[in-house]
Amino acid sequence: METPTPQPTLLDIPAGPLVKCFGVGHTGSLLLAAVNSPEFAGADFIAVDTDSPAAAKATVKIHLENKLLRGLGSGGDAERARALADEQFSTLKAACEGASVVFILAGLGGGAGSGISPVLARAAREAGALVLAFVTLPFECEGNRRESQAATSLDALRAAADGVICLTSQKVFRLVDENRGVLETFQTVDSLLLEAVRGVWQLLARPGLIQVHFSDLCDLVRDRHAENAFAFVEAAGPARAREVIEKILAHPLLDGGRMLAESDAVLVSLTAGKNLTMAEINRVMDHLKHQCPQAKIIMGAAVEAALGDKLGVTVIAAKRTAPLPTETTVRAVSPRGGLTLPAALPLPDAATQRSRPRRAGAKLVQTQLPLSLVSRGRFDKSEPTLHQGEDLDIPTFLRRGVMWQ
Amino acid sequence: MFDESNIVVGLEIGTSKICVVVGEQNVDGAPNIIGLGQSPSNGVRKGEICDQEKVEHELRTAIAEAEQMADVEIRRVYLGITGGHIRGFNNRGKHPVVSADREISADDVQDVIKNAKAINLPAENAVVHAVRQHFFVDGHAGVTNPVGMLGARLEVDMHVIHGHANRLQNAIRLVKGMQLQVDDVVFNGLASSLAVLNSEQKEIGALVIDLGGGTTEYVVHLDGVIRHSGVLAVGGDHLSNDLGHGLKLPLSRAEKLKREHGNAFVLDESKGQTLSLLNDFGLAVKTVNLEQLQRIMSLRLEETFEIIAHELEQAGFTDYLRAGVILTGGTSRVPGIEKLAERIFQMNVTGGHADNVGGLTAALDQPEFATAIGLVKYGALKKRRPVPPTNFTDGIKNVKNMFGRLLQRS
Repeated sequence: METPTPQPTLLDIPAGPLVKCFGVGHTGSLLLAAVNSPEFAGADFIAVDTDSPAAAKATVKIHLENKLLRGLGSGGDAERARALADEQFSTLKAACEGASVVFILAGLGGGAGSGISPVLARAAREAGALVLAFVTLPFECEGNRRESQAATSLDALRAAADGVICLTSQKVFRLVDENRGVLETFQTVDSLLLEAVRGVWQLLARPGLIQVHFSDLCDLVRDRHAENAFAFVEAAGPARAREVIEKILAHPLLDGGRMLAESDAVLVSLTAGKNLTMAEINRVMDHLKHQCPQAKIIMGAAVEAALGDKLGVTVIAAKRTAPLPTETTVRAVSPRGGLTLPAALPLPDAATQRSRPRRAGAKLVQTQLPLSLVSRGRFDKSEPTLHQGEDLDIPTFLRRGVMWQ
Repeated sequence: MFDESNIVVGLEIGTSKICVVVGEQNVDGAPNIIGLGQSPSNGVRKGEICDQEKVEHELRTAIAEAEQMADVEIRRVYLGITGGHIRGFNNRGKHPVVSADREISADDVQDVIKNAKAINLPAENAVVHAVRQHFFVDGHAGVTNPVGMLGARLEVDMHVIHGHANRLQNAIRLVKGMQLQVDDVVFNGLASSLAVLNSEQKEIGALVIDLGGGTTEYVVHLDGVIRHSGVLAVGGDHLSNDLGHGLKLPLSRAEKLKREHGNAFVLDESKGQTLSLLNDFGLAVKTVNLEQLQRIMSLRLEETFEIIAHELEQAGFTDYLRAGVILTGGTSRVPGIEKLAERIFQMNVTGGHADNVGGLTAALDQPEFATAIGLVKYGALKKRRPVPPTNFTDGIKNVKNMFGRLLQRS
């Protein structure tokens, strides 16, 4: 553990507006509007869209447009949007100029979000900023085209950005009631992503007792983010440490703790009022360590007087997935590169497709369609053999991450 | 035709095969194997039936084969059961001795056993076995028969093996539906340990691991009683499935490779070696890295043993098993598996042979038949024919004993 004395954070370096928040596409603009609150004071908010980004509550609006589009937007075609963004690369790069950290918020699947985000990430990197993207993947019901566009874009984004945190919208089904309205469901997705942005922001912006550096975060999210999960929980009162742990373990986005057991890197950030005790930190970390024996854990703790009696914990868990396109492999040796993971097995991750929940709790459970995932072969239809949160039906070599040429 | 009463039949509906073993009890009650029937099994996954029709059909084949070989008609069987839902644990029953002279009577013993069996199980679970361990008189351990001793407090330890009632019933109902009577259901791990252990090994402590097709059962015997038992729903099928996944082969091909080239270790001579797989016309269609194949198997077996070793360590038996580990079941045929187990358990590891029963030696020497042979042995122990009563009082005693036994069973 590092020294407990407060250190100057990345964002304290006094030099103009250092953080730029980009909302790309329609979803991105909406997200941006939500992010643009006093809490995030000190950041620049920029909306980028092929439609007129009127809805966005942004300081700067960039309207990408050319004759081909005839004012009709990208029409949901990522390729068209990408070409357009490439054409106006210099505009994007100029917008990123001067920033040391760039957040990109986007909903992948549509035209603008999928097409522009990777180009923007590249532009921001060329402008010398660290790039972290927060994206949502479309619902399964949104159709094949959006799904494939999202997948392509995500790969490109991974290659271009320092880190990507993505939220699979489908998972949100577990959080919301079946009878909820569409609007509300979309809002839930947005607010979850927002929580992640806020969590990361707090990590970086608040004076930490135990500091989490931006590079730690990039280490965590780089190369392994296809299936990362995050959860933010809060509790107050004398038993708050225990309550927080219970809430984390029951969090639907962490699959009732299973995501933790399967993850290989976990970032934990604790924030609380002045009465945060070492015993509480210890207790939370102890439990989490127990939950994810295989993971590399990065933890940070911060004190914020405004929180009063509350203890908030942000958990970002990342799971190793298929290797990235070659572009990234080249990037991994770049001077800025953080931890480079050994190339994972060229197999998609099997764990996500288990259709049964680990515990038959009272939670709402939405089964997932097994899309583009490895089958459990012979044991596909049988009850999974669970041992301390691991599904023993998945080949041992996959779970232990053994690789060969 | 043989007198039916001295025929004991063990039936194991396993994941890879259905196996029927027919034993004949001699005058002393010791079984002698006289028949064997088997059929490959396709309707069972991880030790539990998933396709009733297939199992029924295959069971018929196996029974017919065994009947023909032993020249008997099979009407009653001892049925082996397993599955990932089965658990074993120890429970202690207490009973105060109330008689004025503090002498422990047979009734006190019955009571304390009844108390030990009164356990808190989930409503859907049923007890398969409740095996008595040792008595304690006033906290003094190591009493095997307390009747007639003096004491104020009588206690007894029981090893209880229980499982999900409906899932246990599936197998029983299927067998009953085929006009076969089920004399008793027996946990497969217990049956295997009966087949491969002699009484000395049971006394000095031994761990029996039955590595089956779909499940792995393990049972610890110590001081002549069962101390620990459990099931891990991981078996030979998982090896094949891992290979199929890792080498990108169909399951049947993976299964064949496992049998022909499998090893529990990555052998030095197989490093860099490849195997060519031929199609029906003898043309090479795919090459497989032998090192990779053996590594996949080695990892899976290592993990399985590690899980068991860890559990044993938690139960605190690691230092007491002087007879070491005995491996049995079809998967224990993997070359090098004993060496691997020795490395993980840090104990002497041997392959189990059912050498304490007489009869068909061809069947007795094969690890995959240990469970079915153990079932016959279990049946023979239970059925050991009572000595014919010589006079009336003895007869009464026998009847009384019978009730006693019934009580003990219930």
